[in-house]
Amino acid sequence: MIELKNVSVVFGQGTINENKALKNINLKVKEGDFITIIGSNGAGKSTLFNTIAGTYLPSEGQILANDKNVTRDPEYKRAKYIGRIFQNPLLGTAGNMSLEDNMTITHKKGMKWLRRSLNNKTRELFRQQLVQLKMGLEHRMKENLVMFSGGQRQALTLLMMVFSKPSLILLDEHTAALDPKNAEIVLELTDKFISEYNLTGMMITHNMTHAIEFGNRLLMMDGGEIIFDIEGEEKKALTVEKLIQKFHELRNKTFENDRTLLAEE
Amino acid sequence: MIEGIFVEGLIYGIMVLGVFISFRILDFPDLTVDGSFPLGAALMVQCLLMGMNGWLALLVAFAGGVTAGAVTALIHNHLRVPNLLAGILTMTMLYSVNIRILGNRANVPILDQPTLLKQVTEKFTGIIPDEYILLVFFLVVALVVKVLLDLFFRTDLGMTLGAMGNNEQMVISQGVNPKTLKTIGVGLSNGLVAVSGAFAAQYLGFADVGLGQGIIVSGLASVMIGEFLMLKSNRIGVLTFCAIAGSICFYAVMYVGRFYGYLIHMTPSDLNLIKGVLIIVLLIATQAKKLKVPFKVAK
Repeated sequence: MIELKNVSVVFGQGTINENKALKNINLKVKEGDFITIIGSNGAGKSTLFNTIAGTYLPSEGQILANDKNVTRDPEYKRAKYIGRIFQNPLLGTAGNMSLEDNMTITHKKGMKWLRRSLNNKTRELFRQQLVQLKMGLEHRMKENLVMFSGGQRQALTLLMMVFSKPSLILLDEHTAALDPKNAEIVLELTDKFISEYNLTGMMITHNMTHAIEFGNRLLMMDGGEIIFDIEGEEKKALTVEKLIQKFHELRNKTFENDRTLLAEE
Repeated sequence: MIEGIFVEGLIYGIMVLGVFISFRILDFPDLTVDGSFPLGAALMVQCLLMGMNGWLALLVAFAGGVTAGAVTALIHNHLRVPNLLAGILTMTMLYSVNIRILGNRANVPILDQPTLLKQVTEKFTGIIPDEYILLVFFLVVALVVKVLLDLFFRTDLGMTLGAMGNNEQMVISQGVNPKTLKTIGVGLSNGLVAVSGAFAAQYLGFADVGLGQGIIVSGLASVMIGEFLMLKSNRIGVLTFCAIAGSICFYAVMYVGRFYGYLIHMTPSDLNLIKGVLIIVLLIATQAKKLKVPFKVAK
């Protein structure tokens, strides 16, 4: 699957504002993993996603996808096997186009040519896919997406991404901009699709209950490092209290390290 | 006179369709147009002077326009130059190129060359009243271009171009390189502009390097008039129709200004001011239209 070997990302290298956003990350995502990622602001969660997706190129290290080195591949090339959903629910779809046009574009990945693949056969296929959302969208296929709510558009983005069969999906707080009810719906759909279609995914969340409830593996990030990586039975036994305790334990330790470092200078 | 207005509106309507593609569909404000319009005219005139078949010459003009657009897109894509500046760069270079194509002259007449328009006029004399031949011809040409564009924007590639103008991240997420799309889109846009220039040269009877001056403003004004007059729709067929209708309205206003402007002591050089003022008025009118709709005030 995806493997990060000793990956570092540095912003503003060589300037006084130099910021190590990721520090020597080693991570192996196995097939079928559903990883939840937590961490405070500035921990490097989004940078990790941007680096895997190819928005940022790492300053050091290697990224392997299916044992192939893709460290230098641009984002659009990696997008063929990596699906991604952003916090902004408008980023996954084109608002001034109809639902069926959007689904035609996302139906197959890669460059499009002069074929017209929207016909009654594909329309029927799209309709069957839309039924799974249980939002009644299958009756609104000619409507422009600006008419849809953020929750509906995020659910659609999720549906369209799932049917493009990516090897890895990256969910970057994809429910954070939705109201609680819609967030719940989209999250349930995410969980359902991931288990039903046996997908491999990573999800950033600020909600510790969600981080524990969903997925088979949990990463905690802080200061550009993965400070805690837990999976399987161990993860199942986690509670929010234990997680917070662990977080404080680790944070204090790094704090102390910093102090000794400063004292020595 | 009335047929003259329509003929002009239809010829420039092809250019307006090109401007519509870059400004509205691709969201790529492209100023190459000021150079690719006279480029089409120059290529047409030179090809005709060399004795080339008129339709073939039209194809050469189209190819020239596509190349000009592709150059702008490549400058923008690979040198990370803002799209406005990339267009200005190509436009400036095209000024010299156009003079070269015209054989180091700024103006080349083709009054005694067998242009496409003359061939068409000869063929249909007697069948259609003489003054309407060109009108019918350009109606057909504009309609063919419009229908071809409508078909193109309903293919997968055309839809993806539309999606890119709306949301570039979505296109990247679909594994499509937006740079390739921009090159295709801006190329197509300028190809149409050059075809329009090629027809304009035959209609006017000459090619001139100054033919394209301010053409982008005329194109944009026409697109905006079309949008203002017609219903809001996202159907490509309606949108392209609006662009052509807007062009006819705009060139009607310009026609009147040119021929009757002297009544209010207007000179042809005042027309650029009129174009600019027209765009400003349209912007204000569009805003006023929007304000009529009640909106919630954010607390």
